[in-house]
Amino acid sequence: MSLLEIRGISKRFGSIEALREVSFAVEAGEVMAVVGDNGAGKSTLMKVITGVYRPDGGEIRFRGEPITGLEPGDIRRRGIEMIYQDLALAPQQDVPSNIFLGREPVRRVLGLFPVIDRKTIDREAHAMLHKLGARIPDIYAEVGTLSGGQQQSVAIARALTFDPKLVIMDEPTAALAVREVEHVLDLIRELKRQGIAVILISHRLTDVFAVSDRIVTLRQGRVISEEVTARTDMQRIVAHIVGAA
Amino acid sequence: MAMTAVAKRPLSGRLGFRLESLAVLLLLGMVMAWLSPYFLSVSNFLNILLATATIGVLGIGASFVIGAAGLDLSLGSVLGLAGVVGASLVVELELPWFVGLLGCLAAGTAAGLVNGLLVTRARLPAFIVTLGMLGIARGLALVIADGKTIYGLDPTLVYIGQGRPFGIPFPVIVFVGVALFTHYILAYTRFGRHTLAIGDNEAAARAMGIHVERHKLALYALSGLTAGIAGLLFMARVNAGDPTAGLTYELTAITAAIIGGTNLFGGRASILGTFIGALIMGVLQNGLNLLAVQSFYQQMAIGAVLIFAVWLDQTARRRREA
Repeated sequence: MSLLEIRGISKRFGSIEALREVSFAVEAGEVMAVVGDNGAGKSTLMKVITGVYRPDGGEIRFRGEPITGLEPGDIRRRGIEMIYQDLALAPQQDVPSNIFLGREPVRRVLGLFPVIDRKTIDREAHAMLHKLGARIPDIYAEVGTLSGGQQQSVAIARALTFDPKLVIMDEPTAALAVREVEHVLDLIRELKRQGIAVILISHRLTDVFAVSDRIVTLRQGRVISEEVTARTDMQRIVAHIVGAA
Repeated sequence: MAMTAVAKRPLSGRLGFRLESLAVLLLLGMVMAWLSPYFLSVSNFLNILLATATIGVLGIGASFVIGAAGLDLSLGSVLGLAGVVGASLVVELELPWFVGLLGCLAAGTAAGLVNGLLVTRARLPAFIVTLGMLGIARGLALVIADGKTIYGLDPTLVYIGQGRPFGIPFPVIVFVGVALFTHYILAYTRFGRHTLAIGDNEAAARAMGIHVERHKLALYALSGLTAGIAGLLFMARVNAGDPTAGLTYELTAITAAIIGGTNLFGGRASILGTFIGALIMGVLQNGLNLLAVQSFYQQMAIGAVLIFAVWLDQTARRRREA
């Protein structure tokens, strides 16, 4: 049994077929790269997995259970987290609020009134950022005032705080400086070492070849190829992407 | 490496509102006290609160909706509708006072629910939906009341508007009570946090598992409920259901929310801030009254304060983000 099984997923937007019968599987502790040109369907596929979109056909199973059509909150609770390309942060909220967004722990005051347990949130947010080696001088600053790299640390911390089994990263290195890119690649290797599966969407094939175990290529909503990274090369993948082979 | 201690949350963060608006209020109060010997007294202070209560309650509704990057332009009209519904239940159908009270609240909530359903289900812009409701609710109020004011309420209802338990005007008690409860909701509960997250980045809120549509529906219903409460207060104070009550109040309510630090584009709001914003306007009006300044100038002053408050806020933000 694979960790994540995608079987025959289709998704239409009006007359556009964004995904056509997409199938592949991701194993536990594996880094699966998903590559393809703009509009190939990568982001749509990820949004189908995370429950933001509902597929028109096909089935997704996670740890053996069907998760097709569940809501984003349910899918997160089952252990799938996604780090969005635009980071999906709330810019006017502080760092702990963002890390715990949608999953705020609650305590009761006078045994009656539920309130967000801010002490726990602040402590755990601080601990997670520390563990990631992120340098954020003031965690109570509005997230929108932080640098791009710091904001990404917040998005990563949010994805890792709830012990995910699968982390989806959409172009995690696209907006980063060289040193920061290396940091993200190290993080992917570390997740793999801990047995956490990663789906990596990236345009940067050097990154893909540096960390992935397998590579799935999408073109016009279809799976064109699925190859073991160690047994292929960049030219072949580029050919798959542009449709020359 | 030793783990550094978790820094303490700043005071304004723990209270859930920014301290600048409080400073403006105190400064304004000091100026007024210096200008008028009548300003600094308990009875005048209660007068200010009484004059602020209706607008303040509406401003709370506005804060929740605007905090989630929505808008409710129908607040004033719904206030009028709620008062007419409550008054006609008691006066024309001769039902007991509490039916009138519940009628006000139900009419407000129902109008809010319609707004919410049109925004979330029909996916129409909040501006259009609530602008339409502004017309519909006002028209409906005039239809129900046959264009006339409905006089002669039950004394218990009048007490809600004019009574003074322990010397404190009853509407002030309602206003402070509603403000404290909703401040708790917005600043300390998941509902409040999600409200601001939706206003800040709706797609992110959805991706993080927040039920955005359901939440917005609840917010518009809540906004309608505050209009219902404000309608009840207004009706009880003037002892009548007036179909023209609350004309343009939505603009004053939104002004109070914005002066109190609510971001017009969502993501930031605080009920204590709105409370202070409403008081700033109340103090300004009261002070200018005491100084016998013509009411036309008061409108200009409030308009100027609104622009000044937003300018101050924008400048501070730009400096922080630079």
